[in-house]
Amino acid sequence: MSILTYIAGWPIVAALLLLFVPRNYRVIIRAIAVLGTLISAVLAVKMFCQYAGAPVDADGYRFVQQVPWVESLGISYHVGVDGLNVGLILMGAIVAFAAALCSWEIQTREKEFYILLLVMAGGILGAFASLDLFFFYFLHELALVPTFIMIGVWGRGEKKNYATFQITLYLSIGALIALIGLIALYLQSGANTFDIPKIIEHAKTNPLAVNVQNFIFPLLLFGFGILVSLWPFHSWAPLGYGVAPSPTAMLHAGVLKKFGLYGLIRIALPLLPQAAQSWAHIIAWLCLGNILYVGWVAMRQRDLNLLIGNSSVAHMGFIFLGIASLNLIGVTGAVLIMVAHGFLAALTFALSGYIYQQTGTLQISELGGLCRKLPFIGTALLMAAMAGCGLPGFANFVGEATVFFGAWKMFPSITVIALWGALVIGGIYMTRAIRNILHGPLPEKWNSLTDASNAWRKLPYALLLVSLLVFGFLPKLLTDKINPDAAKIVSSYKLQVASLPSSDAKLKVDSIGNRQLAIENK
Amino acid sequence: MLELSVIGLGLVLLLADLFVPAERRRFIGYAAIAALGVLLVTSLSGNGSCGQFGTAFGGMFVNDPLSLFFKQLFIVAAILVLFMAAEFSDKLAEGSVAEYYSLILFALAGMLFAASSNDFTMLFVSIELITITFYVLVSFQRSKLQSLEAGVKYLILGALSSSFMVFGIALIWGTTGELNFTKLAAVAPQFADSQIFLLGVLLVLVGLGFKIAAFPFQIWAPDVYQGAPTPTTAFLAIGSKAAGFVLLLRVLFTAVPSVTAQWDNLLIVISGITILYGNLCAIPQRNLKRLLGYSSIAHAGYLLLGVAALSASGQSALMYYLAGYVFTVMAGFFVITLVMRHLATEDISGLAGLNQRSPLLAATLTIAMVSLAGIPPLAGFFGKFLLLKSVIEAAQTTHNHGYYCLAFTALVGVIISLYYYFGVIRAIYWSKDPADLSPIELSSPAKLSIWACLAGIFWIGLFPNTLLNVTNLAAAALGK
Repeated sequence: MSILTYIAGWPIVAALLLLFVPRNYRVIIRAIAVLGTLISAVLAVKMFCQYAGAPVDADGYRFVQQVPWVESLGISYHVGVDGLNVGLILMGAIVAFAAALCSWEIQTREKEFYILLLVMAGGILGAFASLDLFFFYFLHELALVPTFIMIGVWGRGEKKNYATFQITLYLSIGALIALIGLIALYLQSGANTFDIPKIIEHAKTNPLAVNVQNFIFPLLLFGFGILVSLWPFHSWAPLGYGVAPSPTAMLHAGVLKKFGLYGLIRIALPLLPQAAQSWAHIIAWLCLGNILYVGWVAMRQRDLNLLIGNSSVAHMGFIFLGIASLNLIGVTGAVLIMVAHGFLAALTFALSGYIYQQTGTLQISELGGLCRKLPFIGTALLMAAMAGCGLPGFANFVGEATVFFGAWKMFPSITVIALWGALVIGGIYMTRAIRNILHGPLPEKWNSLTDASNAWRKLPYALLLVSLLVFGFLPKLLTDKINPDAAKIVSSYKLQVASLPSSDAKLKVDSIGNRQLAIENK
Repeated sequence: MLELSVIGLGLVLLLADLFVPAERRRFIGYAAIAALGVLLVTSLSGNGSCGQFGTAFGGMFVNDPLSLFFKQLFIVAAILVLFMAAEFSDKLAEGSVAEYYSLILFALAGMLFAASSNDFTMLFVSIELITITFYVLVSFQRSKLQSLEAGVKYLILGALSSSFMVFGIALIWGTTGELNFTKLAAVAPQFADSQIFLLGVLLVLVGLGFKIAAFPFQIWAPDVYQGAPTPTTAFLAIGSKAAGFVLLLRVLFTAVPSVTAQWDNLLIVISGITILYGNLCAIPQRNLKRLLGYSSIAHAGYLLLGVAALSASGQSALMYYLAGYVFTVMAGFFVITLVMRHLATEDISGLAGLNQRSPLLAATLTIAMVSLAGIPPLAGFFGKFLLLKSVIEAAQTTHNHGYYCLAFTALVGVIISLYYYFGVIRAIYWSKDPADLSPIELSSPAKLSIWACLAGIFWIGLFPNTLLNVTNLAAAALGK
């Protein structure tokens, strides 16, 4: 069995074990949940370290395992990693471990909560590892449904029911639209298999007709786009994250949400090249909506969670911009941000969850001076905010810079506006929130707050921060893995670009690539 | 033959009723279950007459993979219903338990005939055998007004639809002179322009639409589902619906394929409206059986997706979905029987605290609802996936954009249904201050059948391979 099966399988096994634990054995329930995700995270780190030396199969995937499931439809359980998902799986497993650790804030019905959390973690890790269209969708759906239940039951605030309703509707619609697109893709590919490498191989010799591509691509774009909170389908996200219990928000905003983006890169870009090309401009304009409009909305938020939620929606814009640029640097940058933002979103939601746990409110106006009482949490929040603004040293900077270099070739004017949005708007709301929450006078009622007391409590925050810093200082760890596979995906676009008048595009891409390496080696 | 054994078994039960003392009548049910189990195993092993494919009685009766699949489905459903009836027996009228069992068996015989019918006479006889036994089964709780009301409603609308169907059959016979499906298929293209012939086919579809509760013949379903004794409701939801579908498949794709090919838009519209109607009307329901009544209308709509696709993959998906539906609905009604047999109404609030009263029942009902909503990894998901796939396939091969609209309608339906299915789950786990927290005792046969349902739901959802091969084979038999 492939190590990937274990990475996705251990949380599920732990969830099944929990079914048989009586509900009053709280310590054991928590220990099983933490242990299940810990094993999966350790295995993911091991897999990430062994990646370079692992044998590669004919399609370019490593740690592959394939078991036929439904022969008549060509569905098989097929997992494998390449540069595109190796970072995501590592990030997902670490975030799942951190989320399980942060779940001490849940006090009621812990057993059900941990079961759902583990199913969510296992499902999404499996979806990222899956190289079969059916399982890709199936496992994501398996992870998605617990989200709704967790928000509905353990959510906080008065708007809980409304937010649950909204997020369920939005995300179900998105997932089902994407399902129609995926089924249409399967039927139109003519390969009679759900196996992604086989479909891509088949499409090389029998590309899909342009009108078919133009039909399927919007289904995938908007289906996945709703899942990723592409503007203007983003309104579920800030509110949903605002009421969600923090472990759920960590896993969803950090990991689950990347599924749609990953789907676009893994499936839509290689299989629907012409349509992607004609839609690239629209994506680029929509992502401005994410970056500018939602960033602007974030500036006006009075609630820390809503602010983080909006800022996380805004960050999705950079990833879409990277995808829309359709070149090696842009796509590499998009994958980098996906990993970086996963750690960042999880970290910020974990921290806001801690503050909520302590104070019972996230209204920024009621907070202030918290850094004095909560030095560890405060510092971590400050660092997270700086990472969110794109401060060099954190992984987000590398990703965003790479995306901008990539996008510059395709959309110079949009890139300029987006850069402005990224640097100025992000800077404004992040620093303002930090000033109002962490500095200034400390209201009397917060004198009794206590900081994360022991190493065990500090571990999830520290772990996520360290991951951000590691990939911020050594992006080579990721880019070396992403580059060859992103190159494979954009190779079809290079050919088309080459047929355009400016046929030295490939050369230019390479020169930008060198510049990017220079930045990384600084 | 299966049919004769089942009828014989029903008669033996009636006789046994005379000899077995009243307090041991529950065991008559278990004996019947054992006998049906033997029949099921025989039919699965392919020994005896079940394995011989061919026609009999001058082409009226056909035995092929399709009929075999449906027969096994009916027998499984009947076994589960008998288990349920055994649990429910104390609510039935004094001393009439064995009658109830044998009526279920007679209805089962009708369904078995329906699965094999290859002729309009056979179709009508089997439908009447099913419907008339159901009139009695629905109004079996003679002391309960609701049950009687449901029986009368079912009788009036059922009789009306039967008369439409006979009229349709008469018109078909009058124009073509054929009643046999296979022979009719050969001559039907000549009558493609005959309005009377087309009207006849349409009227037959009206009769069958009543059986499967498709729009606009669905009005009876919620009332009857609510009023009938719960085991009857379960059998009605599965057996009667599946019998309607097997006949629909035979008529549309064996008897008049040339007409069916022209009617794709009609089927698309009916399927779409049925899905929307069922799901939208289910939203405000507070009575659990009534809610399942509306949801069964919606599911008839989903099943019609497979018919509307007009392809072997659609028919195969339909059968796959039905197989998952059997276990799911049975699991749901089993819990209703056990939890609500002592309550005056089947209001959803009666589920409050079920989580503490019996974790197994709570989990079972949750899994059933989740499967009905079509969420992985349960049976409902893979079935819906296959149905959607067949519809999109039809859209791409025929370039009829109505199919895309239908696929999106189905999606809207699925999303609406999430709301009310999750409402039930919420009532189980998270309703405030439940009135009654006494634990529910489960007899071991009840436990056995619940575990069987759960195993079926997971097996069909997780290991589709075997069943899909069977349904593909059955769908292939239809095209011949």
